[in-house]
Amino acid sequence: MAVEEKQCQCSDMQEEDLYSKLDEIINDHKGKPEDLIVVLHKAQNLFGYLPEKVQKKVAEGLDVSINEVCGVITFYNFFSTVPQGKHSVKVCLGTACYVRGSQKVLEKAEKELGIKTGGTTEDRRFSLGVVRCIGACGLAPAMLVDEDVYGRVKTTNVMETVEKYE
Amino acid sequence: MIKAKINNVDVEVPEGTSILLAALKAGFKIPTLCNHPDLVPEGQCGICVVEIDGIPGLKRSCMTPLAEGMKVRTNTLKLMATRKRLVELILTNHDTDCLTCIKSQSCELQSLAALLGINTIEYPKFEEKLPIDSSSVSIVRDPNKCVLCGRCVQVCSNIQTVNALAINNRGFDTVISTAFDAGLGNSVCINCGQCVVHCPVGALYENSQVDKVWEALNDPDKFVVVQEAPAVRAMIGEEFGMPAGSLVTGKMHAALRRLKFDAVLDTNFAADLTIIEEGTELVARLKSGQNLPLITSCSPGWIKFMEEFFHDMIPHMSTAKSPQQMFGALAKTYYAEEKGVAPEKIVSVSIMPCTAKKFECLRPEMRASGYQDVDYVLTTREMGRMLREAGIDLKEMPDEHPDPIMGDYTGAGTIFGTTGGVMEAALRSGYFLATGRELEDLDITSVRGLKGIKEAEIDIDGTKLKVAVAHSAGKARKLLERVRDQIKNEGKSEYQFIEVMACPGGCVGGGGQSWGSNMAKRARRGEALYAEDKSLPHRRSHENPEVTTVYEKFLGKPNGEKAHKLLHTHYHRRSTVDGKVLLG
Repeated sequence: MAVEEKQCQCSDMQEEDLYSKLDEIINDHKGKPEDLIVVLHKAQNLFGYLPEKVQKKVAEGLDVSINEVCGVITFYNFFSTVPQGKHSVKVCLGTACYVRGSQKVLEKAEKELGIKTGGTTEDRRFSLGVVRCIGACGLAPAMLVDEDVYGRVKTTNVMETVEKYE
Repeated sequence: MIKAKINNVDVEVPEGTSILLAALKAGFKIPTLCNHPDLVPEGQCGICVVEIDGIPGLKRSCMTPLAEGMKVRTNTLKLMATRKRLVELILTNHDTDCLTCIKSQSCELQSLAALLGINTIEYPKFEEKLPIDSSSVSIVRDPNKCVLCGRCVQVCSNIQTVNALAINNRGFDTVISTAFDAGLGNSVCINCGQCVVHCPVGALYENSQVDKVWEALNDPDKFVVVQEAPAVRAMIGEEFGMPAGSLVTGKMHAALRRLKFDAVLDTNFAADLTIIEEGTELVARLKSGQNLPLITSCSPGWIKFMEEFFHDMIPHMSTAKSPQQMFGALAKTYYAEEKGVAPEKIVSVSIMPCTAKKFECLRPEMRASGYQDVDYVLTTREMGRMLREAGIDLKEMPDEHPDPIMGDYTGAGTIFGTTGGVMEAALRSGYFLATGRELEDLDITSVRGLKGIKEAEIDIDGTKLKVAVAHSAGKARKLLERVRDQIKNEGKSEYQFIEVMACPGGCVGGGGQSWGSNMAKRARRGEALYAEDKSLPHRRSHENPEVTTVYEKFLGKPNGEKAHKLLHTHYHRRSTVDGKVLLG
């Protein structure tokens, strides 16, 4: 329990430090609603995700309504409002992968990791997501772990691959 | 002019006219769900599709302008089948408990399904029960009824510039909701209810207090008083099938008396009182030259909007409460004393064209009497519902007067219900308060009508008074940004007095009006109020004998100590994220 508390504070403190950097980013785009997506990209690179507080700061700084910020974030798959894990697992649901059973692979990954698509494991080791075609149709069904592409993934070996990432 | 053929009928319309409107001229009504006469077509529903010779595929007629020589077909078998399929698909994930839906018989989807002859739905039901948003004291949102037409979002973001509602997520997951899905009560929503009156289905409606009012009316220990806003008398007739703009003042009072209210009074009395307080404030500020322009404070939607987006204007705001709240403060003090009724026994009900009034009456500042000054606010629709439930047909009512002490009113009080009315009423009395003489021409037509921002200049003994009027929060934003810039750059604004109403058209266009409204109806209701103004023996607030009496007997002087305690209020800075009061 004590360990958990310590970890929690630690990550909070880091996050607090990031806010001064966020302010710098926002300052470069102050009062420019048209820069919303650029700023959100930078903010997500900084925090790994877009917590409410970040969204509010961006809205205020760029003079955009908070609703528009939320609308953009929820529209684009790339943006996430939950913290991302150390490693990102992405199953391809493009047409070729889909017809070769990638939905089953995804379901298996969800079950084994104990999270839904778009979620992050409690230990923040893995985030699970989907991509729509990565150009590896010949290897269908394909899966990405961080930058590495895995082809011909089967429900039976998906976790073996994932587990390699500490 | 463009000449074309629609279903083989020749039609000639100005350039830029949509096929939808051109077809109407040719005698064909193309079915649609998302289209609304006061909004910009967005082509969300796709039901208004037509076939055009030489153009492949189907075109949305709301968004396609008629072109020279076009041959358009609006009612082929293919089109009818397409429309039917689209509506059936909407119905597959629509909560179709029509019998218990608030919108039953006023629902545009229901009418459309009937119109298209949909008797069965060929597709399986695809329903996911989403939680109902009842976080707001004014407005309830039921996402299970939402058809994603986008009207509410357009009116909230483009016309009102509030941006409380937005389209979130995409594809099957698309929902209309507030930022972080926090609910309307935890958002920048100003409670104006324009989303409610634009919604084609039962996804948005008022947070109803009808049950509470029935309970109070049937409690022998309670003394239930009712006040009706100026706009209600030009609106409630529509609940009983009368045309928009029917003035039913006498019938309204008679109907409320038959609902067994213990006292049927009138908000218009308090509107006259507001003018005396606000007019006195205006004269004082003109003398001192400080905090000009003075800005009106009757519209609770505008007040919350100002507290969020223009709180730097708080010193400019009139501190006078709205007529509803002035009435409330007096009902449990002055009226209670005069009638010998204990204030704790009084239940104060108001009938309003407004949903924001429900929020206003719950503000912690609105307890000047020592109790909650106004207990329950009902919209015009809720009043209609109560009357129908009680078997009272408004059309058949005789004309009756309100009860004395707080029921008499002047023409100035009644025009409060339409844009420009508060300004006109204030100028009629302000002139007298400043000069001691009466303004001769009482019809100040330059502040009337539906132009977004109106200006006028009044000569008060050689001093020019420049005034402006804005209706809809979006137009208020535009006007106030101008004022803010003028004050910043030139040290003062060109205006000395500004009226703002949050709803397009003013209160006659409020969020509590009958379903299926549009700007044309709002205009007719406004005209009805001007007609009543003309017909009344007194047309200046300071000529209201009951107002004179309340000052003599109870309040003392306008803007005096007692008046200040009961009839004036203060404002807060609010967050532009969740609309909550900011401390410090």
